[in-house]
Amino acid sequence: MSIGASWYLVLAAILFTIGAVGLLVRRNVLVMFMCVELMLNAANLTFVTFSRVLNDIGGQVAVFFVLVVAAAEVVVGLGILVAIFRRKSGATADDAHVLKG
Amino acid sequence: MPHDLVLGAATLPDALTFAIAAAVTIIGAFGVVLARNPVHASLMLVMTLFGIAVLFVEENAQFLAAVQIIVYAGAIVVLFLFVIMLLGVDRRERIFADALVGQRVVAVILGILVLVEVILLAHHRWVTGARSVAGSLSGSSSNVAQLGRSIFTTYLLPFEVTSALLVVAVIGAIVLSRRPRRRQTEGGAPDALVDPDAPSLSLPAPRGGSAGTGAADGAPAVSPPEEVGAR
Repeated sequence: MSIGASWYLVLAAILFTIGAVGLLVRRNVLVMFMCVELMLNAANLTFVTFSRVLNDIGGQVAVFFVLVVAAAEVVVGLGILVAIFRRKSGATADDAHVLKG
Repeated sequence: MPHDLVLGAATLPDALTFAIAAAVTIIGAFGVVLARNPVHASLMLVMTLFGIAVLFVEENAQFLAAVQIIVYAGAIVVLFLFVIMLLGVDRRERIFADALVGQRVVAVILGILVLVEVILLAHHRWVTGARSVAGSLSGSSSNVAQLGRSIFTTYLLPFEVTSALLVVAVIGAIVLSRRPRRRQTEGGAPDALVDPDAPSLSLPAPRGGSAGTGAADGAPAVSPPEEVGAR
């Protein structure tokens, strides 16, 4: 039997908080993407924990789909970033404050 | 709250594994947020992902642990690194310089509020215990077999939709990151009329071998002003 679920949930909450604060604090779009990944991973950890506690495979299936969506999100986001870089030199969120190319 | 949720019946190796993996995860997460160089941030992200993979193994989700390493650390972080290296984004950032006055402080306060709120919410009984449509975890078959059976029977339609999503993402990435050709029509005049100082929408024609270095050295790849005015 492994360790109690509360520890995992608290750890996931801390991880989510770090990701959210990082998303608000950082300016570099790439690092902001990484912070989104942190938050997604925190949610995944919660899913797996409840999957174990409730004895239900559904949580792990949800994590599987979250992984796919995260991959798609990163691909499209980095594509947008590359497209912005063609036109402007900076990579901070302030450089992309207008959507006009 | 059930007793199992709080303490469990952890053995010492389990508790040690959890403690070390949790420490690795948290340190990596702080590293992502605090590292000035994006390359360091992405390496710290790998550290966090490894820690979470260990936690997945600890929770008997072996397939997800493997996928976590392969997909996240093997594909997504490598994608990040490719973009960093190819675009030359790895300039350092002054992370403690406020663009908005007091924004960082407010962000940290908000984060702490979120953390407290989530931990307080975790004390309520919001687990109903109702069975989902998916199967049970405690079977004789392995984790991979259970997950595969669930995905390919109960969740078959979402799985197919996922493939469509991936195709859309691939096509979108290709369209977005394709180097646009010089505009063929003469429709560039309105843009020049609206804002003559703005970088022109049409990029200069790809310059031979130096096309890759143009974006890397930080120089904006825009047309010279007189060319904009001429159109």
